[in-house]
Amino acid sequence: MTFATYMRYEALRTLRNRRFMILALGFPLVIYFMIATPNRHVQNIGGTGISAPLYLMVGLVTFGTMNAMLGSGARIAAERTAGWNRQLRITPLSPRTYFRTKVLTGYMLAAMTMLLLYVAGSLLGVRLSAGEWFQMTALLLVGLIPFAALGILFGHLLTPDSIGPAIGGLTAALSILGGVWFPVTGHGVLHDIALALPSYWLVQAAHVGIGGGGWGAKGWIVLAVWTVAAAFLARRAYERDTKRA
Amino acid sequence: MDDMSVATENPAMGVALNGLTKTFAGEHGVVEAVRSIDVSIGLGETVALLGPNGAGKSTTIDMLLGLQDPDAGTAHLFGGEPKAAVAAGRVGAMLQTGQLIRDLTVRELISMVASLYPRPLGVDETIALTRIEEIADRRTQKLSGGETQRARFAIALVSNPDLLVLDEPTVAMDVESRRAFWTTMRDFAAHGRTILFATHYLEEADAYADRAVLMAHGRVVADGPPTEIKAMVGQRRIRATLPGVPLEALEVLDGVTRAERRGESIVLACSDSDAAIRALLARFPDARDIEISGADLEDAFIELTGSQAGS
Repeated sequence: MTFATYMRYEALRTLRNRRFMILALGFPLVIYFMIATPNRHVQNIGGTGISAPLYLMVGLVTFGTMNAMLGSGARIAAERTAGWNRQLRITPLSPRTYFRTKVLTGYMLAAMTMLLLYVAGSLLGVRLSAGEWFQMTALLLVGLIPFAALGILFGHLLTPDSIGPAIGGLTAALSILGGVWFPVTGHGVLHDIALALPSYWLVQAAHVGIGGGGWGAKGWIVLAVWTVAAAFLARRAYERDTKRA
Repeated sequence: MDDMSVATENPAMGVALNGLTKTFAGEHGVVEAVRSIDVSIGLGETVALLGPNGAGKSTTIDMLLGLQDPDAGTAHLFGGEPKAAVAAGRVGAMLQTGQLIRDLTVRELISMVASLYPRPLGVDETIALTRIEEIADRRTQKLSGGETQRARFAIALVSNPDLLVLDEPTVAMDVESRRAFWTTMRDFAAHGRTILFATHYLEEADAYADRAVLMAHGRVVADGPPTEIKAMVGQRRIRATLPGVPLEALEVLDGVTRAERRGESIVLACSDSDAAIRALLARFPDARDIEISGADLEDAFIELTGSQAGS
C-alpha cells in the first residue's frame, strides 16, 4: 500500500497548510453568504424562475472547484522552488503516481469546497431532489478533469511569483467567458469561444441544479479534447522540469 | 581508456561515466560545464568528487542521476541507465540545493519518502542512524539550515540504497552535525555500499574516501588515493612581506616548490612548510608579516589546470 501511504501524507500536508485552506475554502463561502444572504428571499432571479441562493450556489461551486483544482499548480510551483521536484525525481516515484496524487489532492479540495457550498445553500433554503444533487455532483467531478491537468501544467511552467496572477487571471477569464457569472447568450464569436471552454461545460454541469440538461455530445468532446491536450502538455512539462531552480 | 568501455557492461561497476560532456548556454557565451570525463567507481567504494565551486561536480552528479541528459558520452549505474537504477530504488541522493516540503514533521516526511522505495530502512532506524531524534517530531519549516541538511540526509538514507550520492552534504552543518554525519556515513560504507560524495574540502576527502577524483574546469585532473591528491594539492603556503628579493633566491630554499611575487609580498608554495619557514628566516631575517596557510584548493586547482583554464 505504498501509494496509500504517500497519498495520505500528501493530503495531510495540504490540509495542514492553514492559510491556504482558509483562503481556498473560505473565499467562495464568504462571497456566497455576502451576496446570497441579503437576497435569500428572491425566488425569481432576473426572470429565470430560479431562486437567488440556488443560482449563486451553482455559480460559486463552479468558480470554487475550478480554483481548487488549479490551486495544485501553486503548490507544485512552491515545491519546485524548494527543489523537492528534483528530490522526487531521484526516487522510484512514477509520473503516473505523481499525477494521480496531485489530481486526487485537487479533488479532495474541490469536494470540500462543493460540500461547504451545498451546506451553505441548504442553510439559505436551497432544496433539490436527490437525483439532481447526484447528477450535478457527478458531472462537476468529471468536468473538473481538464482543470486538474491545467493546474499541474501551470505548476511546472511557472514560478511561485507568477502563478498567483496566472491562476487568478485564468480563473477570472474562464469564469466570465464560460458564463459562471452571466449567462452566455447570442450566437457571436464570444458564444463560440464560450462553447469551446471547459468552464462553460462546468457551468452546464452545475446548472443541472437549476434545471439544465447537462451535456450533449459536444460537451463531452470539448472536455475530452481539453483533458487530452492539457494532460499531454503537463506530462511534457513535468518531464522537462528537472533543472536546478 | 579501452578498459572504460568494458566497465560499462560490467555489473561489478557501481558508476561508470564515459566521455561525459555537458555544455550550457550561459550569460557570457557557452559554458563547458563538464568536458568529456571518464570515471569508474567499483561496488563498495567510497569516492570523493573533489573540486572548487564551478568545477562541474553538481552537473556531473545531475547526469549520473539522470536529472540531466549529457550532450555526449554516457553515464551508467550498475551497468544500466541511471533512470533504471533510480526506478529500481537502488539510488539514494542528497542534492546540493534543496529545502524540504513544509507542513510535515521530519518523521512523517521520512515515512512519506520511504513509502516510495521497494525495501526501505525502518523510519525509526533511519532516525537513530542519522541521530536526529531531537528534531524528528518537528515540522520541517521550523528547522535550521544544519538541521535541514541532517533531515535531508535521513531522506537519502531511508531508501536503503546500493549507491548513495551526496552533493556537498556538510555545507551548512555545524561541527557537531558534521561529526555525527560522518560517523553515520562510515557505518553505512562498512555495509559494502557504494558512496560518491562531492566536496570542496580536501580534509573530508582525505578522512572519509577510499579514492578522490579531482575536478577542475569540467575535467578530471587527478584520480587516486586521497593521500596522493593531498600531496599534489595539499601544500601549505607561506606569505611574507619581503621586498627586493629575487624569486630565484626563494625557490632554492628547502621545502619550497615555487615562489611568486605580489607587490611587496612573496608567496611560497611549500612541500614542507616547517623546513621552508626555517630556511626563509635563516636566509632573510627581515621577512615580516608572515602567514602560513593551509591548502587552498582554488589556487591549487588553478595551478594544476593552469594551461587549460579559460580555454
